[in-house]
Amino acid sequence: MTDLTNAVNTTERLDREEARVAAADAAARGKRGASSIRMQGLRKQFGRDSIALAGVDLDIHAGEFFTLLGPSGCGKTTLLRILAGLEEADDGQLTIGGKDVIDTPPHQRSVNTVFQSYALFPHLSVRENLAFGLKMRGVAAKAREAKVAEIAQFIQLGDLVDRRIDQLSGGQRQRIALARALVCEPDVLLLDEPLSALDAGLRSQLQVELLRVQKRLGMTFVFVTHDQDEAMVMSDRIAVLDDGHIQQVGPPQEVYERPANAFVARFMGHGNLYRIHRRDGSRLSTEIGTLQMDGDSQGELVLMRPETLDLKPGHVEGPNHLPGTITERLYRGSHAEFRIRIADTTLQATVNNRGRRLPDVGDEVTVVVAPEDLVTLSE
Amino acid sequence: MSTNNIAVMGRSQGMVREARHLLFTVAPGALWIVIFLVLPSLYLMAVAFMSNGPYGLPQMPLSLNSFKQLAGVGFLGWSPGNLYTLLRSLWQTLVATGLVVLVAYPLAYYITICRAKWRPIMLLLVVVPSWTNQVIRTFGWMNLLAPGTPLSNAAEVLGFIPPNMGLYPSNFAVTLGLVYNFLPFMVLPLYAAFEKLDTAQVEAAQDLYARPARAFWHAVFPQTLPGLLAGIVLVAIPAFGMYVIPELLGGGKAMMLGNLVATQFSGGSNWPLGAAGAILMLIATFIGLFAMRRIGKRLGGGEEVVI
Repeated sequence: MTDLTNAVNTTERLDREEARVAAADAAARGKRGASSIRMQGLRKQFGRDSIALAGVDLDIHAGEFFTLLGPSGCGKTTLLRILAGLEEADDGQLTIGGKDVIDTPPHQRSVNTVFQSYALFPHLSVRENLAFGLKMRGVAAKAREAKVAEIAQFIQLGDLVDRRIDQLSGGQRQRIALARALVCEPDVLLLDEPLSALDAGLRSQLQVELLRVQKRLGMTFVFVTHDQDEAMVMSDRIAVLDDGHIQQVGPPQEVYERPANAFVARFMGHGNLYRIHRRDGSRLSTEIGTLQMDGDSQGELVLMRPETLDLKPGHVEGPNHLPGTITERLYRGSHAEFRIRIADTTLQATVNNRGRRLPDVGDEVTVVVAPEDLVTLSE
Repeated sequence: MSTNNIAVMGRSQGMVREARHLLFTVAPGALWIVIFLVLPSLYLMAVAFMSNGPYGLPQMPLSLNSFKQLAGVGFLGWSPGNLYTLLRSLWQTLVATGLVVLVAYPLAYYITICRAKWRPIMLLLVVVPSWTNQVIRTFGWMNLLAPGTPLSNAAEVLGFIPPNMGLYPSNFAVTLGLVYNFLPFMVLPLYAAFEKLDTAQVEAAQDLYARPARAFWHAVFPQTLPGLLAGIVLVAIPAFGMYVIPELLGGGKAMMLGNLVATQFSGGSNWPLGAAGAILMLIATFIGLFAMRRIGKRLGGGEEVVI
């Protein structure tokens, strides 16, 4: 509760101080030059037959909020640990800010991590936790104090710095962990599912806060998550990983609207994938019916995103009109989700609630899709 | 009025039930402690303040003679013998506990990083010797360290000891015996501490620019501190009062406080003096525990980490 209140207060205060802070930010950005990351052919294998990374090539731009997205076991955390130096790659090259760091031990890399479990030191006070990295770097006590005070103000920690770790809530620990990493002014900040242990409300508050911090500092953030909504909200670009391979890299909109393959489509929450039986120019004969595309197409699957579909009552004839019967309705207030039986398969459609009558289970409807909303892709 | 009465009766019934519950659960243990620990201890303390009678048995009147004797004041003026015994006990305890830590700490860590199927076996190997009687094990060391044995000969050739002396009896043998005897009591609590070690903290320290040695000191050591302090308590207190090992391996040359006390009772020489020695041991132990608490509190960042 207090976390939420704090976060709300924080947001208000941020708004009020925005103008004053803007000047300081410009100076901060000048001080902290953001670094780019280049990975080439990174491989990692655990044991005999568990391949975590199967040759990853990836460029992360300076000052970018970059997200590694994928299901558990896809290799995203291993990749992050290789960036931090906590895991050694079996093969491949890694440069951070143009410097080859593949053989550099973690304590010599100008990279800091916000750990999933936060990994705060329970025997040290919050203040000592924040000063730890600076102390290890040999920063003098006076300068350490000044930096800690600066970051405490920046992250709006208030009187948290005088508490003990076991007196902090999850959300407070998360912010201390972030501050502890940021105070070292690293070239790159790595975040390993930092919000996954928090409840939904606090989580979205901290998403906003984290994003603002990144934009204000202009620092390169590499963020790991398995939550595609979180990835889309926060990222400049997303890399979707599966089975140690990068499936697609691109801005959130591109990954969501033009998934490169069936895995990405399914992971981003799309279920309406249908096999293409035959092609006749831009005319596709699929397992759900005949569809007209805009221009040419490649791949053996067609994707129909639920929110691009229109429902018309009754059975209506026309191009890209698919007649079916509603088998399930989930009313969600702002919108409703329908499951519709068409031919021998099912289709999901999302309809915004504009106050009109929503069709019911058992109703006969016609699903209409615009040619430009169809996406084809391969398995 | 009547409802009030019922309520009072109900409450008293509840109290009776609670009292009976306490009687059946706590009473047997409390009784045991009172009869076999509290009363004998009180008797021992009383004995210390009595005078020494014929055959070394305590008798009236009350006196502080035993404490004077313990402090070294005798017929022939002051002698430092008992003081030496106390200092030797403290030193021997310190050295033995330190060595036990040096052996047990890496050993416990090694067992933790072993494959899961080997761990119980390795722990068993650490514990199994303590299943044998302590006296028998100590006799074993006597045989291993006596003059003319390979170990003694090797030490002779290397110039550690003069010819034909043997490693036993000596202070060295006593220290060795103590270390050997108390190793399991240090390994087990340390193993428990290492097993639940939060490796993320170690990685965080490395990530925050700590060299390996400093990562150990700031992220590993504090986490193992409760286990270490528990081990020190388990080793140092019994080692301080140890009787068998100094008696057998020291050959009467390396008397510790425990031996002093035992002699006063067994030889029938002076019960009040023995009781005074026991009280001294108790006080020294309490001081030691208090010091441990302070150290633990400081190293543990103000948290209670021991006892």
